[in-house]
Amino acid sequence: MTRTNVLIAGVGGQGILFIGKLLAQAGMREGQQVVMSETHGLAQRGGAVVSEIRFGDVSSPIIPAGEADLLIAFEPLEALRSLPRLSKRSVVVCNTSILPPFAIQDPESPYPSIDTILKTLQEAAAEVVAVNAEELADRAGERRSSNVALLGVAAGLGRLPVKEETIHTLFRELTGPRAEANLRAFEIGEEAGMKLAEGAAPPSPVAAAGSG
Amino acid sequence: MELVTASEGARLLLLGNEAIVRGALEAGVDFVTTYPGTPASEIGDTFAGIADQLGIYFEYSVNEKVALDMGIGAAASGLRVLTAMKHVGVNVASDAINTLAYTGVKGGYVIVVADDPNCHSSQNEQDTRLYAAFASVPMFEPSTPQECLEMVREAFSLSERLGIPVILRTTTRVSHTRAPVIVGKRPTGHRSGSFKRGDTQFISLPAMARRHHRELLTKLASVAEYAETSPSTKLLRAPSPTKLGIITSSAAATHVREALDGLGLQADVLKLGLTHPLPRWAILSFLQSHEKTAIIEELEPYLEERIRAIAQEAACDAVILGKSTGAFPRTGELNIDLVKAGLAAHLGLTLAAPPPRPAILDHLPARPPILCAGCPHAASFYAVRSAIRKRDAILASDIGCYSLGAMAPVRAGDLMIAMGTGIGAAGGFARATNKPVIAYIGDSTFYHAGIPALINAVHNRHQFVLIILDNRTTAMTGHQPHAGSEINWKGEEAPAVSMEALARACGVRHVRTIDPYEPKEMRAAVEEALAQSEVSVLIARRACALLAINERAGKPFGPPYEISDELCRKCGICVTRFGCPAIYQEGKTFKIDPARCVSCGVCAVVCPFEAIGVAG
Repeated sequence: MTRTNVLIAGVGGQGILFIGKLLAQAGMREGQQVVMSETHGLAQRGGAVVSEIRFGDVSSPIIPAGEADLLIAFEPLEALRSLPRLSKRSVVVCNTSILPPFAIQDPESPYPSIDTILKTLQEAAAEVVAVNAEELADRAGERRSSNVALLGVAAGLGRLPVKEETIHTLFRELTGPRAEANLRAFEIGEEAGMKLAEGAAPPSPVAAAGSG
Repeated sequence: MELVTASEGARLLLLGNEAIVRGALEAGVDFVTTYPGTPASEIGDTFAGIADQLGIYFEYSVNEKVALDMGIGAAASGLRVLTAMKHVGVNVASDAINTLAYTGVKGGYVIVVADDPNCHSSQNEQDTRLYAAFASVPMFEPSTPQECLEMVREAFSLSERLGIPVILRTTTRVSHTRAPVIVGKRPTGHRSGSFKRGDTQFISLPAMARRHHRELLTKLASVAEYAETSPSTKLLRAPSPTKLGIITSSAAATHVREALDGLGLQADVLKLGLTHPLPRWAILSFLQSHEKTAIIEELEPYLEERIRAIAQEAACDAVILGKSTGAFPRTGELNIDLVKAGLAAHLGLTLAAPPPRPAILDHLPARPPILCAGCPHAASFYAVRSAIRKRDAILASDIGCYSLGAMAPVRAGDLMIAMGTGIGAAGGFARATNKPVIAYIGDSTFYHAGIPALINAVHNRHQFVLIILDNRTTAMTGHQPHAGSEINWKGEEAPAVSMEALARACGVRHVRTIDPYEPKEMRAAVEEALAQSEVSVLIARRACALLAINERAGKPFGPPYEISDELCRKCGICVTRFGCPAIYQEGKTFKIDPARCVSCGVCAVVCPFEAIGVAG
């Protein structure tokens, strides 16, 4: 009776729903039980957004505290906000590119430095991989595919609960103007992830990798 | 679309709301109405994509009551009808629901209501289950997308068999959960409606109403009997005998098994789908066969209070564990952790202490939803703020995207309660305080609930300025058309009901239409309106930037603007008063994010030092 919980966190407009649906679709394609929880409506207007995808022997659509096996965060602050769902078993794949929350910053609550964020995540999780997803996506020629590139990194690290081939197949089935760029971005992410998994020196745009 | 074409036995990955649509198709729905509202919106939007090809009548009605009233006419004519709304929509429709329960229906009528525990996108977390009891309407509560499909079918069948409307109540977590769903058979063809005059069924004059009420109670008794054997009433036995029982429904039910696993407990679970009226005998025998029964439900202790009454009536002394001790919360959503904590508190178990929470988490910058770059509402708010700078004005807002402007930095709203309430409350503020008052309402909300309040203001000589923020769409819920749209949901031309003509017909003499992208003109218009000694109406008309840019295939209106650091005097007005999310502060420098700027150009007018212009 195994369960795998994937939490995707970011800001409304970053394509969180798209990545979540892709993973859930891949799980279903492989005959796994899947439950996914989505954020719609008000929360999408530039607010903090999460998708939760649970695989295996699950019925609740919400990941309990400390039980995220994999956190894919498209924005560092949103990774930090998801910290209560992490434990020493969790792997975090975190974009290093910052989206400052809008408006005048509350002096009591400054945006933490990226080092502080990564250090705090490393203390809570088993492994934190920090990547500049926008730079990876730029290499694919489509910056808006950064979400897919980050998913690719998680795949390359061997941390996804679905097979990479299934995702490749789904990408090939998708149509639309960005389908090709998406597949390229995913593959570039995968390569970066695989290099990290092999313990090679992180190639540039991969900013930092560490374990806590 | 796979949702339509999938044949019996196919497995689709569906959102709860999509599964409701498929279930309705399988039940042979003929007629669908809705007013959009999160978390119910995808039901109407999905129908809008398929209704035409399937010969189903569909409309976005002007409000939830009219959506229901449309359905009443169709169901009285023998059609199978579905009307979808969010929980607060029931408040609007409730006048008709309470009497529709008396008259009953001819064709099956399922009213889908999506509640929003935790107020993800709503102004309250009212519990529709109490409405079902209040109106004596049967109610189903699915927990999963699969159950959404199955219970819609069951609800249609029950509704038509007994001639009674049925509520299908979801929550955000049910409507917005996606999971594999095995679909059933979809019939083809539709009934045509017919209505024979001479029947008194739909006339609720007192003599008939008294009889209808007695008949309703008889129907409810039949439903209660049916609930005992409904496939939605499920007894899930623990692997080995146990003295602990759990009764649950809706989203709460999905957390129970994993919570029990986490506590290392075994319990039998009575999972209810048809929760009004309740299956009394199934519940009583469950209580009697367990020493302790925990009731696990979100929001109000709806099941708990009724189950306690069932036990009391039968002199059953089983222990019932619920919300009264505070073990289970009466606000917000449940999850596995809260169910575990509640059970542990009731059963005297100790949970492992959660790991210490790093202090940094208590000081994270918030990231609330905001008005978009290029949002015409933001421009309107800026113009109003400039106009009232030296006046102590009160701002009564309403429900829509512009509600977001009530918070910092824009602070364009002192009150936000319910659809249309801003206009009525503006009259109240004006009479009570003698201060200048401005009411805001969106275009769709004005058609929905604003007109009676405006008539009232004219007739009773209230003095305030009503600003209709007309962004040409129902933006917050996903850009559905409304009565003022020139194009309907099918993409066909439709008669647009003129706001200007409506305002004048309500008796307003000072009606002006302005473009919020011209904040100087708009400021002058607000000042002029404030000088009137009677109610005046300004229509701030400019299409929602998201919609306009979608229509331009994602292309912004022009090249991005930028701030000249040389000319910028760091006053910060562009951030602190205008509040465009594309403008940000980096150290002491103000910058425009070229990726977010849509080139609306309003900031260039807002800047007092002419430091903002098109790049290059």
